Amino acid sequence: MTTAIELAAVDKVYPGNNPVTALWKIDLSIADGEFAALLGPSGCGKSTLLNMVAGFESVSGGALSVYGGPVSQPGPDRAVVFQEAALFPWLSVWENVVFGPKVQGLAPEQYEARARETLKLVGLENFHKHLPVQLSGGMKQRVGIARVLVMEPKLLLMDEPFGALDAQTRLTMQQLLLDVWQQLRKTVIFVTHDIDEAILLADVIYIMSARPGRIQSRIPVDLPRPRNLDTLTDQHFNDFKKRIMQEMRHDAH
Amino acid sequence: MSLPSVQRGGRRAVLALILPVACIALWQWLGSYGFLVEGVIPTPFKVAEAWKVWAFGAGGFTLNPYSGTWWSNLVFSTQRVGQGYLLAILVGVPMGVLIGWSRIAAQLVDPSIQWLRPIPITAWLPFSIALFGIKDFGAIFLITLGAFYPIVVNTTQGARDVDKNLVRAALMMGAGSGQLLRRVILPAALPSVFTGLRIGLGIAWTAVIVAEMVAVKSGLGYVLWDAYYVGRMDVVIADMVSIGLMGYLSDRLVVFVEGRVLTWRRLQSH
Ligand SMILES: Nc1ncnc2c1ncn2[C@@H]1O[C@H](COP(=O)(O)OP(=O)(O)O)[C@@H](O)[C@H]1O
Ligand SMILES: [Mg+2]
Repeated sequence: MTTAIELAAVDKVYPGNNPVTALWKIDLSIADGEFAALLGPSGCGKSTLLNMVAGFESVSGGALSVYGGPVSQPGPDRAVVFQEAALFPWLSVWENVVFGPKVQGLAPEQYEARARETLKLVGLENFHKHLPVQLSGGMKQRVGIARVLVMEPKLLLMDEPFGALDAQTRLTMQQLLLDVWQQLRKTVIFVTHDIDEAILLADVIYIMSARPGRIQSRIPVDLPRPRNLDTLTDQHFNDFKKRIMQEMRHDAH
Repeated sequence: MSLPSVQRGGRRAVLALILPVACIALWQWLGSYGFLVEGVIPTPFKVAEAWKVWAFGAGGFTLNPYSGTWWSNLVFSTQRVGQGYLLAILVGVPMGVLIGWSRIAAQLVDPSIQWLRPIPITAWLPFSIALFGIKDFGAIFLITLGAFYPIVVNTTQGARDVDKNLVRAALMMGAGSGQLLRRVILPAALPSVFTGLRIGLGIAWTAVIVAEMVAVKSGLGYVLWDAYYVGRMDVVIADMVSIGLMGYLSDRLVVFVEGRVLTWRRLQSH
């Protein structure tokens, strides 16, 4: 199995008058096509880890590689879905989705059909002309997902993408992501502090602890796929959740 | 538009007109009863008459040097404002985007702008005349300089305040520096840019009047000063009103363009 992402003893220190050690000696290895969740309390360094893989933040120590190569800057091979969608408010849904292919210099014939398909995949085929401000939170995040899928990235980095949504919308989006992932089987790092969400979506959960940010344990999720929202009420699911909660409580002592 | 909104618009117009109409009526009344110093403050009626001659000319032979020159002077001033303002935008907006985005550019250019900015455009007049003579470009130089400061300062602010995640999103999707500036920083800064454009336009009109009073021999500013010298206060006032009108109309034009360009902003604030 190919390794998609490899972190070996990675540290991250934010410099300044009071330097913050956000991550300490992180070892992590995510296989190609694997859906990994980073689960942990706020401030434990989940975003920092993701931002280093994305190329937004540099590594202070240790080695980080993506498909065997170093990471020096952000790029379309490592797509990021932000918590607040971060759409360009002056561009329509369509313009937002084709932004990537366009700035990469592709000709319209090379991306238009794919963009239409992707918008259909996320259920926005009738919203091409809308501006982000005219969309609900869930719809914005569909655009945020569509605009990265259209680039056909190797990696999908998602930082609490459903964290700002209401419970009902979050469930819908989780189902959508399950369906999309079922089809595309991308390598995903999914940051969340929602235990249910991590179990429902991921192949493997990394539980993190804070101050300094560390990987506390790695737990493979052996629930069968394809999964759907019914999985949430499954007996297996609950046993699994109990185990994870024990693991996290253990950390609190 | 629904009927109530038409009615509301009509009511607004009536309310807005009450004060100016009352002032003009009072002014006319004071004049007709001899309360105004004759030769210093003409009545609105006299001003309107002078304006008519200035605009359309007096019939037959006339020695009135202002006869029928209103339009051409208006065009002179407006052209100068247009040229100087356009130049200020062409220099100020890209420079502001660059200063706001790049720390090096900021450290390189920003201090100089801040040191030059406190020198009022009026203080640049002698320098401008010495450099360009009594020519059009002297006026345009002053207009450009005056409008440049608010445009560059506001654009810089807007470019600095761009949401970090929008920049990250663009970089993640493969945008290079040029594309980032053009496709993300500039549009994100546009609301601030327009604030600068409106302030800059006001200064551009101030600059053109000052420049024409001293450094050029045509335009509304030139007529203003010339008419004062020969004691034609009716023309002076007609001129003042013309300047105000042009300032107002050009501002409305910028606001109109702003509304067109920033549709997304308008929807956002509702
Ligand atoms: N740009 C930064 N400068 C300084 N400290 C930071 C910065 N970003 C994050 N931190 C600190 O690093 C730690 C981890 O933050 P973060 O990665 O955002 O955690 P999480 O996403 O798990 O909530 C926190 O203590 C936070 O205050
Ligand atoms: Mg975070």
